[in-house]
Amino acid sequence: MNLVIDIQTIQLVTGTGILLILATVVGRIMPRFATSEGATATVANFQARTRSWWVMVAVFALAMATGGIGSIILFGLTSFFALREFITQTSTKAADHRSLFWAFFVITPLQYYLIYVQWYGLFALLIPVYAFLFIPVRMAIAGDCENFMERLAKIQWGIMLCVFCISHIPAILMLDLAGYEGQNAKLLFWLVLVVQISDVLQYVFGKTLGRHAIAPKVSPNKTWEGFWGGTLAATGIGAALWWVTPFTPLQAAGMAFIVNLLGFGGGLTMSAIKRDRGIKDFGNMIGGHGGMLDRLDSLCFAAPIFFHVTRFYFSN
Amino acid sequence: MIADIIAKLIRFICGASLRGETKVPDQAVYFSNHTSHLDALLIWASLPKQTRQLTRPVAARDYWTRFPWRRWLAQNVFNAILIDRDRVTRQDNPVRHFIDALKAGASLIIFPEGTRNSHNDVAPFKAGLFHLARACKSVPLVPLHLGNLNRILPRGEILPVPFLSTISFGSALQLERGEAKPAFLTRTRNSVINLAHS
Repeated sequence: MNLVIDIQTIQLVTGTGILLILATVVGRIMPRFATSEGATATVANFQARTRSWWVMVAVFALAMATGGIGSIILFGLTSFFALREFITQTSTKAADHRSLFWAFFVITPLQYYLIYVQWYGLFALLIPVYAFLFIPVRMAIAGDCENFMERLAKIQWGIMLCVFCISHIPAILMLDLAGYEGQNAKLLFWLVLVVQISDVLQYVFGKTLGRHAIAPKVSPNKTWEGFWGGTLAATGIGAALWWVTPFTPLQAAGMAFIVNLLGFGGGLTMSAIKRDRGIKDFGNMIGGHGGMLDRLDSLCFAAPIFFHVTRFYFSN
Repeated sequence: MIADIIAKLIRFICGASLRGETKVPDQAVYFSNHTSHLDALLIWASLPKQTRQLTRPVAARDYWTRFPWRRWLAQNVFNAILIDRDRVTRQDNPVRHFIDALKAGASLIIFPEGTRNSHNDVAPFKAGLFHLARACKSVPLVPLHLGNLNRILPRGEILPVPFLSTISFGSALQLERGEAKPAFLTRTRNSVINLAHS
């Protein structure tokens, strides 16, 4: 994986930095207009979120600067912490201890190692085939049959979401794209940027224009106005950044639209899980945002589809 | 310095979030439910730095002296009071050592259930807490509840698996004038159980 840092990469990172400076300035001005208690809380949350964004962008940029290995380690750790948050919310039993040990300390590192050695075939099959057959056998050997299917299903889905899906973000680095050799880091950055900006904009449009909830029982904050406003605006941004991708402007718009739809689906699905479990956030690792999974929910769903659509249509 | 890093590491490994009133008295007896060998470590690691330096966890001698590194941690980092779990070979009453440590100004971390409990409920408390409270009436008793640590390192397992855990601090109690042993042990046990649902 030979990645080059070109002028476009620097422009992307600089642009993101300018966005964050803007957000920080807005966060400083906002308190003057916050009169009600609710508004003050919203402003405080906005400031906390912006502070966390600085850290996340810094870590992400640093990981990219080290080339492939940095991104693989970063997202490997992300998977690990996301899986910890997910499994904490499931009703596993003492008998699942060693199966979970395999999931955390063997399957997760192996999945990321396969990206490092660029073994696509096994990367795509390790979890859906080998892990999904091994874990049930390991659990059966452990011998506790109570709620066996339920415990198994939850562990399997945790591995699917937190390890398999998230691993498709750094897997972008192993795509072999015509005329784009060595530049995949920019595509990775583009995906993360578009999906996260879509999240932010859906939130902003929802707060300002939101009237009609999409699934009020799951998440009263997700409205049609927020969804369309955020998705279309982020699709526009994704298209405007076509020059860092291997896509034409129209293709970039299409790709951005697809990942934004999936990002929305991811956010809504995770909200349903949280509502069922009676929790607001999966954790508290990222100030203002909640846990790792709260920040990654949209990318979880967007990354695998983005990876495969790109691979199918643009790969050599 | 090393102790500080180890404390941070323990909190990180346990994914611990602190709940309740974490501003603790200068000297106290911390008591909680007991489900894992990590329990005493997490309580110790969750205390403010100043308090931590004067707080001694009570731990099983056989477990904490089995390997040199464990012995080193127990003696030099946690300053643990090691007790024999086996009643047959035990030389003296461990409560005696607890009282001596309190009289010397230390705080204590104890587990009144007496042993690790594999279930989610809290087992009846042993009498040690009562004798301790009677001998050192002025020392406040702080109830704690630990959640999910048994999933990180269950009984009988060597390798930990990561989970997020919680440590809830309750408000300090004291032995009431004329309070009988069973009533006191029930009241202190309930204070831990109530924290589980908070």
